[in-house]
Amino acid sequence: MIRIEVRDLRLSYAGREVLHGVSFDLRSNEILSIIGPAQAGKTTILRCLNRTIDFVPDARMSGGISVDGEALNGRTDVEALRRKIGMVTPLPVGLPLSVRDNVAFAPRCAGVSNRAELDGIVEQCLRRAMLWDEVKDRLSIEGTKLSGGQQQRLTLARALSHRPEILCLDEFSIAIDPVTTMRIEEVLKELRNEISIILVTNLTQQARRLADRTMFLMKGEVVELAETSVVFSDTPSDRRTYDYANGKFG
Amino acid sequence: MSRFASTPAVEAKLRREAAAGAIFLGMLILILLPLFAIVAYLLWQAAPSLNWRFLFSAPTHGMREGGVWPAFIGTLYLVTLSLAVAAPIGVLAAVYLTEYARDNWFNRAVNMAVLNLAGVPSIVHALFGLGAFVYAARLGYSVLAASLTLAIMTMPVIIASTRQALLSVPHNFREACWNLGASRLQTIRTIVLPNAISGILTGIILQVSRAAGETAPIMFTGAVFYKAIDPGTLFPYALDEQCMALSMHLYTLSTQTPGVAASIPNATAVLLLALVFLVNSAAIGLRTILRSRGKW
Repeated sequence: MIRIEVRDLRLSYAGREVLHGVSFDLRSNEILSIIGPAQAGKTTILRCLNRTIDFVPDARMSGGISVDGEALNGRTDVEALRRKIGMVTPLPVGLPLSVRDNVAFAPRCAGVSNRAELDGIVEQCLRRAMLWDEVKDRLSIEGTKLSGGQQQRLTLARALSHRPEILCLDEFSIAIDPVTTMRIEEVLKELRNEISIILVTNLTQQARRLADRTMFLMKGEVVELAETSVVFSDTPSDRRTYDYANGKFG
Repeated sequence: MSRFASTPAVEAKLRREAAAGAIFLGMLILILLPLFAIVAYLLWQAAPSLNWRFLFSAPTHGMREGGVWPAFIGTLYLVTLSLAVAAPIGVLAAVYLTEYARDNWFNRAVNMAVLNLAGVPSIVHALFGLGAFVYAARLGYSVLAASLTLAIMTMPVIIASTRQALLSVPHNFREACWNLGASRLQTIRTIVLPNAISGILTGIILQVSRAAGETAPIMFTGAVFYKAIDPGTLFPYALDEQCMALSMHLYTLSTQTPGVAASIPNATAVLLLALVFLVNSAAIGLRTILRSRGKW
């Protein structure tokens, strides 16, 4: 089943086009990784998917995106869309609230007010983000007081708090130590049974470890989209994919 | 190879640094001297009249004796009313300009206009208030007209300072909220305003002092030389009546009333200073409390 369908997505910032007609699908219960050098448009794609691109004043978008068969347009309930699509950004942002309130923020915005229910969500999400054991005794301290790596995992816990059906991870592991990263990757593999995941990463090894399919993006164009084993094989369909995957440029 | 030993060049550098520090300190002292001089002079001159009876009684014998209660309560009236109008409107307008308005030529022009309006002399606001509120809106010379004039005067500054406070909240916080499915309004209420509140308050408080001290805007629109009030009531002025005010009172005592003992205008000035000082201290206290609650 197809969760997200993107057709001929074009996006320009102040008249300069950065996505030149990108098309891809996200299937249910898969991890799709997006790799590619800087300025490829990876983050921009994610911002189009959850429509936070709306907040960029000069951005103009065209092309079609539909999520679970519903086409996005000007009258879309973007808040509901963003709750359906969880987003983890590369730079960890602890909101200036307590750790507990950071994780309870999205459920509260969605109208959950039952204390026990919120506490349950907070614990479950912090456990999945491998942060629970480190913060369970100090849930009341400011989220911004945590270390960089902890804030990154807090961001992950927060993105899970509104029970997304699709999870977008944008460089989620750059501030996290390798051991914890591995443990989170195990969680992601488990999550795949319930939801679909888009994984934007500069670590080609991470894409290789986790992704079912991999999309290689360059300068706003899809160079290759195939099974991960094909993309990282000796014979991908495009020579540039081979070069990038083997560290010859980018 | 570099060496650190004291050479004539090093000595000269150290002397230059010391001289620069001394000049900056000198400027600070130049500022502090008149400040202390004013306060000391006022207190010394006002000493004979400074007592509780002076604060709580009305002027008598053609202002030559008695106290300043009607003017004191009048100033409180004007400041409170003008702030009640200017603060909510100013803060909400600033929220619109910062959080909602698109960055186009029109909104840039509006921002520029607000900043320029904040620099307009108070006498111009006074004339505007006279034309708009006293005559055009037929409010007459009244507490209401004077308060609205003060509100018009303070609003642009409140907008400008609120905008600064809102802009100082990192944009990352907003994006994090949006990513979590918070609407614009939820983001503003839960994250942006709580983190900007101390800066917003600072801006509003500075305008309290300004509204309390200005004479021209209220002299043109609703403050009077003398008005008898019932000393027993806390609400002696109706909105459509004229009122006395400390700044106006000080002006008339000093320039329009012959034969006043020197201590009376000086004591009035001390009270005005004390009022402003009190309000500012309260604001700083409030800000500290809010800051320690919402640390980030």
